[in-house]
Amino acid sequence: MAHGPAKGVGRWLFATNHKDIGTMYLWFSFAMFILGGSFAMIIRAELFAPGMQLVKPEFFNQMTTMHGLVMVFGAIMPAFVGLANWMIPLQIGAPDMALPRMNNLSFWILPFGFALLASTLFMEGGAPNFGWTFYAPLSTTYAPDTVNFFIFGVHIIGASSIMGAINIIATVLNLRAPGMTMMKLPLFVWTWLITAFLLVAVMPVLAGAVTMMLMDINFGTSFFDAAGGGDPVLFQHIFWFFGHPEVYIIILPAFGVVSAIIPAFSRKPLFGYSSMVYATSAIAFLSFIVWAHHMFTTGMPIAGELYFMYATMLIAVPTGVKVFNWIATMFQGSMSFETPMLFAIAFVILFTFGGFTGLMLAVAPADIQYHDSYFVVGHFHYVMVAGAVFSMTAAVYYWLPKWCGKMYDETMGKVQFWVAFIGFNIAFIPQHFLGLAGMPRRYADYALQFTDWNMVSSIGAFMYGAAQLMFLYNVVRTIVAGEPTSVEKTWEGAEGLEWTLPTPAPFHTFSTPPTVK
Amino acid sequence: MVSRVKQLVVYTLSPLLLLFSVGQQAYAEDAHASGWSLLNMPQGVTGVSNDIYDLHMTVIWICVWISVVVYGVMFYSMFAHRKSKGYKAANFHESTTVELLWTILPVVILVWVAFPSTKSLIELYDTSEADIDIKVTGYQWKWQYEYLGEGVEFMSELTTSESSIYNEAPKTEYYLSEVNEPLVLPIGKKIRFLLTAKDVIHAWWVPDLGVKRDAVPGFINETWTKIDEPGVYRGFCAELCGKGHAFMPVVVHAVTEGEYQKWLADKKAAAAAEREMAKQTFTLEQLMVKGEAAYNRSCAACHMANGEGIPGAFPGLKGSAIALGPVDKHLDAVVNGVSGTAMQAFGGQLSEVDLAAIITYERNAWGNDVGDMVQPLDVLKFKQGQ
Repeated sequence: MAHGPAKGVGRWLFATNHKDIGTMYLWFSFAMFILGGSFAMIIRAELFAPGMQLVKPEFFNQMTTMHGLVMVFGAIMPAFVGLANWMIPLQIGAPDMALPRMNNLSFWILPFGFALLASTLFMEGGAPNFGWTFYAPLSTTYAPDTVNFFIFGVHIIGASSIMGAINIIATVLNLRAPGMTMMKLPLFVWTWLITAFLLVAVMPVLAGAVTMMLMDINFGTSFFDAAGGGDPVLFQHIFWFFGHPEVYIIILPAFGVVSAIIPAFSRKPLFGYSSMVYATSAIAFLSFIVWAHHMFTTGMPIAGELYFMYATMLIAVPTGVKVFNWIATMFQGSMSFETPMLFAIAFVILFTFGGFTGLMLAVAPADIQYHDSYFVVGHFHYVMVAGAVFSMTAAVYYWLPKWCGKMYDETMGKVQFWVAFIGFNIAFIPQHFLGLAGMPRRYADYALQFTDWNMVSSIGAFMYGAAQLMFLYNVVRTIVAGEPTSVEKTWEGAEGLEWTLPTPAPFHTFSTPPTVK
Repeated sequence: MVSRVKQLVVYTLSPLLLLFSVGQQAYAEDAHASGWSLLNMPQGVTGVSNDIYDLHMTVIWICVWISVVVYGVMFYSMFAHRKSKGYKAANFHESTTVELLWTILPVVILVWVAFPSTKSLIELYDTSEADIDIKVTGYQWKWQYEYLGEGVEFMSELTTSESSIYNEAPKTEYYLSEVNEPLVLPIGKKIRFLLTAKDVIHAWWVPDLGVKRDAVPGFINETWTKIDEPGVYRGFCAELCGKGHAFMPVVVHAVTEGEYQKWLADKKAAAAAEREMAKQTFTLEQLMVKGEAAYNRSCAACHMANGEGIPGAFPGLKGSAIALGPVDKHLDAVVNGVSGTAMQAFGGQLSEVDLAAIITYERNAWGNDVGDMVQPLDVLKFKQGQ
């Protein structure tokens, strides 16, 4: 018993094992994904036809806000932290994460953060209703009193992220197996290491922003109130100084996942490994100096506008390098198309499309028309959902056999993929049309010319929602009744230390470090 | 050979080309295209909106060509290099030459895009030498337009009824894009907009003019337009500003110079008549009738038509200390707003008659029974006494 997991609920409450904590992160993030998804279903159901049918505009605003907050902070970020917990020690040959007790703390404060946030739904005044970007003064002077719960919730979630990031940095820098030099690290480890530095740099900025809000609301300061010498636009600068790196925090680990899966199913090494590392670093660096491209209509001086336009366009270069490398990896490979590969290929196709609209948005004069329209909503769902969520789904199918020693049903996986892929595109392509035609985002109701495409978008969204329930079913079915497998290397072309371990991965792995040649 | 390749590409792209051409056609025929044909950005009716449109199409075509190459190679590999076809994997995995090539080539394309973008942006920012200055103020949830130096100002509010929004009445053609008073502008003149807001941030957007600019409380932003063709151009508030965000449209009537001058003269005469009316004395019944209408227009969005507010967000007025307390306090709250809360200063938004009627109504409606009333002259005195 000394080396096995503890019995009962104590195993989870006092968990210090990276696999257990990773599992908890993954299930927690999936629960949040379903919660945030149900908010999205309410939004799309209300927008199915013009007129207010199901909810009131004030509740609609709570839904858009909570959807964004829960998906970004509750679903995507913890999902990748969970994946990092599971995979980084296995991929670098470490026995566990470097700071196991902090690992426990960083997970266990998360449910409390989200309980604080979600409890506002049941309070007088309702949940946050000022958008996930919570621009002042709508989120300060004009916010419901429940905004204080939101602020403390964000503080807790932020603290959790910082601890998670520190743990990853400490693990990657200190616990690599002998011979595992930095330039031999799997790309998932590299992208997470860079992501962790981004997190440590910008989460405190977010904490600063919400603390200033707290002061403005409760203690009479005027950081964001012009009447007291402050500036509402200052809020946007601070928020996006956090917010832009944040979107790379979400996408970089996804790059890492795809960089593992595409070579595996192409049966060919990743093309341009070192250029991938440099490109990731370049993207991370650029993410700090482009934030005000989210603010092209705020009335910045033209010099600022021009600078942020040029800097933003530059991001297309390293991002392009990554896409070209993935395609060069596939080129003249020996490809097969199992579920993880399908999701990874869809990632490349759809993320590239999101990159194109991103380039369009970078062009400041054109952004005058795109800004705050449904075009932007379409754009960021292509990079966030087709980027982060598709790659996360690919990762689960790819590593699930290693995690639980059971094989998922390939047909079911493929069915889920096609429902997700088709539903996603039906949901979000029309949103580009709507935005270009003049429909602003965060609208509870719309003029009649927008009716048709909204209806199509809603149908696609319901389809995409259904695909997630299929995903849940597939995973649960695999765990409960999947075909047992003990093959060490599930996938013929897979590379990496995790595939040298027994399947399912034992509770303790690499107690003696492997030697990497 | 080259022409055959070109033909092939055009055929493969034809669905996409059709998509864009349909969008363009629809706009050429009808300024208010709708439904399935809404696919692309309107070209608009100003120099700036046309520049933006051209830039937009340039970048789209660049993206289309890049995607033909990128997706082309990808789909070719997926088709040809499959294990199921017995294709054996090659083993190459790096090439500095190729990496350099696909780093430098995008940079060149980006520089090519940067030139026209910079030119458009400089033009877009040139607010000098305007013929007409108009101050646009965003409120929760309406727009105020002030023709600077002309003494003309008015509120522009949504006229779509609640019952229409809640599907109890049919929806009209311009559902959610119709207002009581549109902004009237002459064509062929350079018009400078000075934008600000009284409460939260709003954004004033008219796609056909190629204008979108944030209205930030406490600051003034500038932008401009010069409209080429007369017509009605509709737009929206583009920055989340609370529960009425979707319900504060922008409507611009672009007219000829002669029509504009006539409209301006009529507005000035109406403003003078309004000032005259403020000197009259009204009965309680008259004030209650006027008050109910004005209250429902300007106050009910937050305090609700039944005076009960929205618990936790907006206080009720039914039985409230302010509505039942001394008149001066009540006047102060309505005219100057309540600092640190969402209660705006209505002194500059509404006429003295409306202010007097609203206060009287609030003191005597929903079972509030103070019994006193406030006359327009009282409001005027209160304002002047400050």
